[in-house]
Amino acid sequence: MSDPGSLAPSLAPIVSRPAPRSAPGQAAIETRDLAKAYGATVALAGLTMTVRRGEVFGFLGPNGAGKTTAVKLLVGLTRPTGGSGTVLGAPLGDLDVRRRLGYLPELFRYQPWMTAAEVLGVHDELARVPRVGRAARVASALELVGLADRRDDRVATFSKGMQQRLGLAVALLGEPELVLLDEPTSALDPVGRLDVRRIIAGLRERGVTVFLNSHLLTEVERVCDRVAIVDRGRVVAELGMAELLGDRSVRVRVDGLAEADAEALSRFGTATWDGPGWLRVHAFAGPDDEIVPALVAELVARGGRVHAVLPGHRSLEERFLDLLGGSGETAASPSSAGPGSPP
Amino acid sequence: MSARAVLVIARLTLREAVRRRLLWALVGLTVVIVAVTGWGFQRIAELSPIKGPQELLGLSQVLVMIAFMFSFVLAMTAVFAGGPAIADEIESGQALALLARPLRRGELLLGKWLGLALVLVAYALAAGLAEVAVVALVTSYLPQAPLSAAAYLAAEGLVLLTLALLFSTRVGPVAGGAVAVVAFGLDWMAGIMGGVGRILDNDVLAALTPLSRLLLPSDVLWRGAMYGLEPSGDILGSAGRAAAAFQVSPFFAASPPEPIWLAWSVAWVVLVLVLAAQLLRSREL
Repeated sequence: MSDPGSLAPSLAPIVSRPAPRSAPGQAAIETRDLAKAYGATVALAGLTMTVRRGEVFGFLGPNGAGKTTAVKLLVGLTRPTGGSGTVLGAPLGDLDVRRRLGYLPELFRYQPWMTAAEVLGVHDELARVPRVGRAARVASALELVGLADRRDDRVATFSKGMQQRLGLAVALLGEPELVLLDEPTSALDPVGRLDVRRIIAGLRERGVTVFLNSHLLTEVERVCDRVAIVDRGRVVAELGMAELLGDRSVRVRVDGLAEADAEALSRFGTATWDGPGWLRVHAFAGPDDEIVPALVAELVARGGRVHAVLPGHRSLEERFLDLLGGSGETAASPSSAGPGSPP
Repeated sequence: MSARAVLVIARLTLREAVRRRLLWALVGLTVVIVAVTGWGFQRIAELSPIKGPQELLGLSQVLVMIAFMFSFVLAMTAVFAGGPAIADEIESGQALALLARPLRRGELLLGKWLGLALVLVAYALAAGLAEVAVVALVTSYLPQAPLSAAAYLAAEGLVLLTLALLFSTRVGPVAGGAVAVVAFGLDWMAGIMGGVGRILDNDVLAALTPLSRLLLPSDVLWRGAMYGLEPSGDILGSAGRAAAAFQVSPFFAASPPEPIWLAWSVAWVVLVLVLAAQLLRSREL
């Protein structure tokens, strides 16, 4: 477990990411028992979480878990009915702190009668920043989201995806310290999603904290440092991505072994047959750079013919479903079937 | 409260009025109304040349009725521009992005009010004075206080705009506009019924006037506009019985509104704006 960089290439970008530049322990967002009820309907039952400065924080949960309500509370668009919280050191709802926030709402709509540049110009004015450099700030935000050539077109002529890009530009305007993105890729095509990942990576490089509310788990898995999983208005897990997906495993295609050989491999980890001819070993009993070669040697020593060794890790989706008590087990756990059984 | 933020929103609202052709629609409508009524007044002057106060009184009544049409257009503009002003932004989601900026909800409301108020005042003054000018040109009739009549018309528009914005903070754009239109009509009717009550010495009916003015001071301002468009007291005095007959007309005001009602109108606008800001503050987005 000491060298996550040696894991599968798909996992490496997640765990080998450089640490955020900001001082550790300095919270960008901190909430304690934050609650919101709309009449008798409880949207958020008591949210307690900490988002560190400079990290990309994923906020996950099923529909109706209270994710959007939480974002609105953090931005100050709605008031909590219980608990407390701070954003960039200021209490929730603080007006001044909004100068340092960028926000892309889930429901992204901008004045249809204005051009993209005009929308950004108004937001720049409202951000209460000096007028000097406004044109450059607007141009830079449009460039960043790929709308530079549509700057003088009216929003009414934009596709939904382009409007979401515009919303992203609004959120990124003026180099905010904290950017809250509520489902930022919901209307985007694969190219747009890739762009958003690049933008988020760029924000991380600049030390900007990103709070990403998304139900697209693969997106979150690719860009986030840490995640909180919420269910029924409460955080059920808050941990680093490496920690979350850290149940590393290896799949070996091997023949010439008996079914009972799997049980004899317990000193490497938990070994089970995972489909015909596939052995899965997970919950490693030591550093994986030692376990994997030793495991292969042992298999060969037992008369096994090794055809392939595939590093693997649990997907965020599997962990997500596990944590929410869903049906993730079928995907997450190895089959107990023997070498000849169907997967 | 930041004046800068209010002005940004007011400018945005004005720009929207221009871009969405609200302003141009009003200008076009005014030009048509002024041209058509100018032609009508010319025909009246040809058919019945002004010989004395009775003809002047008759002309003033036609002018007041045309002003009532302007007042109606103004009321509809106020209500249908004010009704969706906040409600639409909340329903569409535009408010989410705006209010995530350092912008108080009260500033958004006041900015909207200011922007639309400028449109209404400009319309009332331009349309009112253009009509008076054309009438003066073709008939040589000049009302006793055209400027104050236009100002009263503008103030009536502001009262209705404020009412529409109040509804806009809580109910949908169409419902808010519709309720404000009904309130405008009821207030006008209450003013007439109160006048009838005074003539008949019926206290219950007469009490409708102050009651409706307290709830919505639009009719009292309209009466100020009517008074300004009438001939001066000297001319009325010399009109004798004819003038007395006009006392019961719903398009005649024997006196301008008392200062207390003007003060109340200003206070009403302020109070309703404060109430609207409170309602918007507690509205869930």
